[in-house]
Amino acid sequence: MKKIEAIIKPFKLEEVKSGLHEIGVEGMTVTEVKGFGRQKGHTEIYRGSEYTVDFLPKVKIEIIVPDDKLDTVLKAIISNAKTGKIGDGKVFVMNVEQAIRIRTDESGDKAI
Amino acid sequence: MTKKITSLVKVACIGAAIWMASVTGLSAEETAAAAPAPEPTVEQRVAGLEAYMNNVDPVGSKVTGIAGPGHNAWLMTSSALVLFMTLPGLALFYGGLVRSKNILSVMAQCMGITGLVAILWYTVGYSLVFGANFASPFIGGTEFFFFKGVDSIPNTSYCYWISQNVFAMFQLMFAIITPALIIGAIAERMKFSAIMLFVTLWMFVVYFPLAHMIWGSTGYMNGVWNADAAIPAIDFAGGTVVHMSSGWSALVLCILLGKRLGFGHTPMAPHSMVLCMVGTGMLYVGWYGFNAGSALAADGVASNAFTTTTLAAAVASFVWAGLEWVLRGKPSILGFCSGIVAGLVVITPAAGFVNPTGSVIIGVLAGAVPFFACTKIKHIFGYDDALDTFGVHAIGGTLGALLTGFLTDASVNANLVSEGYAAKNGLKALVESGHVWTAQLKAMGITIVLSVVATIVITFIVKALVGLRPTPEVEEQGLDIVEHGERGYESHS
Repeated sequence: MKKIEAIIKPFKLEEVKSGLHEIGVEGMTVTEVKGFGRQKGHTEIYRGSEYTVDFLPKVKIEIIVPDDKLDTVLKAIISNAKTGKIGDGKVFVMNVEQAIRIRTDESGDKAI
Repeated sequence: MTKKITSLVKVACIGAAIWMASVTGLSAEETAAAAPAPEPTVEQRVAGLEAYMNNVDPVGSKVTGIAGPGHNAWLMTSSALVLFMTLPGLALFYGGLVRSKNILSVMAQCMGITGLVAILWYTVGYSLVFGANFASPFIGGTEFFFFKGVDSIPNTSYCYWISQNVFAMFQLMFAIITPALIIGAIAERMKFSAIMLFVTLWMFVVYFPLAHMIWGSTGYMNGVWNADAAIPAIDFAGGTVVHMSSGWSALVLCILLGKRLGFGHTPMAPHSMVLCMVGTGMLYVGWYGFNAGSALAADGVASNAFTTTTLAAAVASFVWAGLEWVLRGKPSILGFCSGIVAGLVVITPAAGFVNPTGSVIIGVLAGAVPFFACTKIKHIFGYDDALDTFGVHAIGGTLGALLTGFLTDASVNANLVSEGYAAKNGLKALVESGHVWTAQLKAMGITIVLSVVATIVITFIVKALVGLRPTPEVEEQGLDIVEHGERGYESHS
């Protein structure tokens, strides 16, 4: 099993969700996050006082997938989240040792 | 120590109760001694009703000594509107501009000032401003202490058709918002106890004398209503009394207090422009009571003030945000809000004296001059006027007082050239020769000197008695939790 963490632009969330739904991904966890990468922050001015806001709002999607589905899911995320401009975000993939569905005690791929 | 203070307070309360009982006894005797007036003729009775329509003295008719329903209704409405400017208008306007850890401190300060000033006003304040038995140009009298005789009968020294208790409430709302404006400059870094003590002293030394000088029937600078005014200046709704006094005092206090911790290094952006905009809207609406209510009647002067207030604020808002758009590329919400407040401040002394064209000129300058005060002057001198009380109220109030001197139009307000007052104290001559600004300059000078000198003295007294600032730890954590034991926002509900 793999865990995918994708940090994307908030307004792309709906497209990514639909894209994942089409290829049969049935669940995900979404968090509103703040951060910065190469896009850096932006400047706000209040009555002439400038403040640099380093952290921009992003959305983090977490999905656990069976090993064989990884490439399809990654493709769906990347194609739907892409605008081609700076600040599109990043995707991280990591190994997952175990998954358990609490209600039924099922484990492994069946629990995803 | 605590016991001693408690017993002292008790003694004071008993003393006040005895004094008030004697006062009530006296007024009953006076009423009994009054002789019945002769029955007025039909002509006199009709003249009384015409006097109501014209907002003049109904002397000799059957409607003397009563409030006129329409005028009185408008003043009760106006009083409520002016209170609404402070609670919650100003509390939200300022509250949105501070960081989230300090929003409740601003609200507590607004409400604390409301209660404190109401008590001062009832006990001595109203009398010191609108009493007359000192026969002094600088302070009122003692006859209305503890609202003695302040009932529903009009006080004809000020208005023929407004109950004196309503007049006193209307003026109370002005006395409340004036010190509340000061807290904008010192937001986020002054102890609540120090603010309450400062405001108490400031009311006695600055507000009560100044309000009497400008609006009292024996006032030194009351050009419209005091035939003996030494300086025939005009201030319709408080450019000098309210905005200049609070603004200049705020500058002095914020300099003596020092900057907020981390000023210039850490971001201190407003935490909610939404609350700020909501508060601004309330200030705009409430200001109709402030300006149109200052006609002290629902008459033509009030109608004109209503119109000029609307235009000046709308124009100033558009100009301020427009300047941002041109100079910085974006018109901001804070720009619109600041422009509205600046427009309202600058039109305040002029509202009942200028025509609509005058108010548009005022609006343009109100959008531009305070804009540069807030965005340029502040940064050049580096003082921490946290929410721009000086930039908006002192600069705006000063500009307004001066512009009033240039833009008066006697055709919108006959009081400017009245034979009874303006002709005697020289105002009429100044209006006709276009030199009202000379009297305005004198009134402005007195206001600035009084505000600045008094604030320096009061600040050092407060510093010696209770200290001015919270500890750095408290300031860092935010005043809400430490000073008031509450938080404005919960991170998890």
